[in-house]
Amino acid sequence: MKLLKLVPDDTNIRFLRWRKLAMTISLLSIIASLVLVGVRGLNLGVDFVGGQMIQVTFDRVAEAPVSDLRDDIEALNLGESTIQRFGQPNQVSVRMRLAGDNVDEVNAVTSRVTQMITKEYAAQGARIDGVDSVSGKVSEELLTTGVYSLVFAMLAIAVYIWFRFEWQFGLAALFALFHDVVLTFGFFALTQLEFNLNIVAALLTIIGYSLNDTIVVFDRVRENLRKYRKMDMIALLDLSTNETLARTVMTSLTMLIALLVLLLIGPGVIFGFTAAMTLGLFVGAYSSVYMANPILVWLGVGAHSFIPQMTDADKAAAKLKEGVGGAQP
Amino acid sequence: MLDFPRWKTISISLLLALGVLLAIPSLLPASVSPYYPSFLPQEKINLGLDLQGGSHILLEGDPKDVAAQRLENMEETVRAAMRAAKPRIGIGDISREGGKLSFLVRDVSQVDAAREAILPMTTGAGLTGQRDWDIEVRDTSRIVLTPTEAGLTEALDQAMETATEVVRKRIDELGTREPTIIRQGDNRIVVQVPGLEDPEALKELLGQTAELEFKLVDQNASPEDIAAGRAPVGSEVVPYPSNPAGGTPIAVRRLGGIRGDKLTNAQASFDQQTNEPVVSITFDREGGARFARLTQENVNKPFAIILDGEVLSAPNINEPILGGSAQISGSFTTESANQLAIALRSGALPVELKVVEERSVGPDLGTESVQLGLLAGGIATIAVLVLMAATYGRFGLYANIALILNIFLILGIMALMNATLTLPGIAGFVLTIGAAVDANVLINERIREERKAGRRIVQAIEVGYTEASRAIFDANITNVIAAVLLFLFGSGPVRGFAVVLMIGILTSVWTAVYVTRMFVAIWLKRARPRELVI
Repeated sequence: MKLLKLVPDDTNIRFLRWRKLAMTISLLSIIASLVLVGVRGLNLGVDFVGGQMIQVTFDRVAEAPVSDLRDDIEALNLGESTIQRFGQPNQVSVRMRLAGDNVDEVNAVTSRVTQMITKEYAAQGARIDGVDSVSGKVSEELLTTGVYSLVFAMLAIAVYIWFRFEWQFGLAALFALFHDVVLTFGFFALTQLEFNLNIVAALLTIIGYSLNDTIVVFDRVRENLRKYRKMDMIALLDLSTNETLARTVMTSLTMLIALLVLLLIGPGVIFGFTAAMTLGLFVGAYSSVYMANPILVWLGVGAHSFIPQMTDADKAAAKLKEGVGGAQP
Repeated sequence: MLDFPRWKTISISLLLALGVLLAIPSLLPASVSPYYPSFLPQEKINLGLDLQGGSHILLEGDPKDVAAQRLENMEETVRAAMRAAKPRIGIGDISREGGKLSFLVRDVSQVDAAREAILPMTTGAGLTGQRDWDIEVRDTSRIVLTPTEAGLTEALDQAMETATEVVRKRIDELGTREPTIIRQGDNRIVVQVPGLEDPEALKELLGQTAELEFKLVDQNASPEDIAAGRAPVGSEVVPYPSNPAGGTPIAVRRLGGIRGDKLTNAQASFDQQTNEPVVSITFDREGGARFARLTQENVNKPFAIILDGEVLSAPNINEPILGGSAQISGSFTTESANQLAIALRSGALPVELKVVEERSVGPDLGTESVQLGLLAGGIATIAVLVLMAATYGRFGLYANIALILNIFLILGIMALMNATLTLPGIAGFVLTIGAAVDANVLINERIREERKAGRRIVQAIEVGYTEASRAIFDANITNVIAAVLLFLFGSGPVRGFAVVLMIGILTSVWTAVYVTRMFVAIWLKRARPRELVI
């Protein structure tokens, strides 16, 4: 039986040869993402800005009559509205400001729009698929908790890695995560896909999974640091990356298969969600090699970081000894 | 590695069998479920609202509303107490300004008596025994009652508790299946009603405080004063949108009316003469007696039927109504009469509830989502299975069996926990399928490496498992951290996603590490292979 080998044996790619270039690209893309978010802004959904969103599917046509719909809704004179496709080409969402905090007023607006759509677009098979309305107060809370959850997740994971490895690894992981999250934000600013609660969920998942790669590489780095105590750090990082390359490719591939299937045939409602995670997969794999590793180099990680394993107290004691008797550890 | 003890094999197999057994009820199509033996576990995975259609509504009560209500009640209690005191204590200049109740005791010598009479009404909130009103005497004859923080908190808590009960009753009256009604935080209620056809009717029903009052119309008020919003002393102006005289408001006497909380029944029906929809109400004994007295004393005078601060109608009392039941008219439709009847039957809300968040999904979109999600999951699984088998041969097959068992385990545990599967949850499921094999990839790659480094078969496998486990453990802990935060901060569907993710991480590590290890151990023992194809 001949087995499939995605990555040839004993690869020796010198990944970190391009680390300065890669770092420059990473920093530039972080800046570009931040600028994009600043200039274009995120297309925030009702989850985060409040308002109401009505989802409509036009069952009998391939493409939703967006411009007709826009005119008809404008004719209702209910204030500003945003109409955009989501998921399939025959699905649209209509977003409007909330008419106030009175149930009757909001209901009145909703039913005027839904009645108009089901009546005027009966021939196109218009079907109201859902109504979301979120008050300003709730949307503010959702935004705050969303931001908190992202920040806490990143910090918690960095702290965990600090405990399991060393502080340099925690810091490197934190930067890699920051890179992944910021780039995803940039992607959403660029594409103007709707940024809603689901996307925050996707970001948290990215934070969890993109670290898988980083940790697998870190684990190998730690192992190799103990094995090859004299090896040059950059060579050692390259070796570790190469040794884990087959696994990285294979796992990324299985996850990519799952995500692509979801992206292509999965429910349209979660398109943005799967798109974010697919992007996160690539960005995460890249950042574990080109963000996390170079940072380890710059933070001066070497064999001495692990052997002997010492607590701060030990180190202090050792230093004291060194000062007194110059004993070698 | 070779000595995988029998008890371990047996317990792992039993756990797996249990997981599969638990998953079965959720996988059976509805047509087969009735024939499923009843001695087996019955728990099923719930479909979230986004998958089966329905409404999620978040209601919020205003603490200020509760405070105002409480102040008003206090005023009435104080008035009654002063009247009942012997000798009667005369009070005046009552004010509710600034959230405090203050009044003048006309006879300075009675101030102490008044204070004594009020004191018992101001203690005893909650278990802490804290005072819920502070009493103060100012300028020798003015008594000021200030609500304490503890008292307000307690009042809000009680109001929300009652409101939750009222909401539950109202939704039960609608006859929807399996509604979920949960109090959240200090002043919120989450309502989830699956498969709801008309969320707007539900919102209207929940938004109605349904505070019914019967008050005498103040016929001395001049139309000019009413138009200017002024009412004579002891009266107040109330809007009357369906007033036959052009929708103008009317003035009603503030006190001496009856509240509609003393009802035993309310039904929508039709007026026998006009055939208009009306709501028939039946008072309880005390309410009936008071209603009889009110109507007896005021024959030929109009009284206003007020619902949530708006006059519904103001009929004349033609004769005393002694039977304890009455009819409320007020330009209803059949539907609105029915709604009011439900609201009155379930009691008034102690606090006005506002809808601060609503998410409704139509049933069609949900069905579509489930189908597409299942299809995507199926295709992803097959693709991953093929890739794993092609790459790792026998070890790939073991990983595949583990993956399939893992899918059953996730479903089984979700069923056991009565967890809810949401649309993002399905995505999490598919993602878990893609990620679950990671542990096996790590192990198998490590075994390949160790073989290349020249280790013997058994040793290579042994080292592969132990060395890879460390990275598997660390990598999955970070995923758990992210999933836990997702659960803590997320809401609704996102929580469903977090649950699937967490269960998936735990079961996949278990199946990928222990279950495959068991297969490998059995194989090594039986076949004693000389060659390792991996």
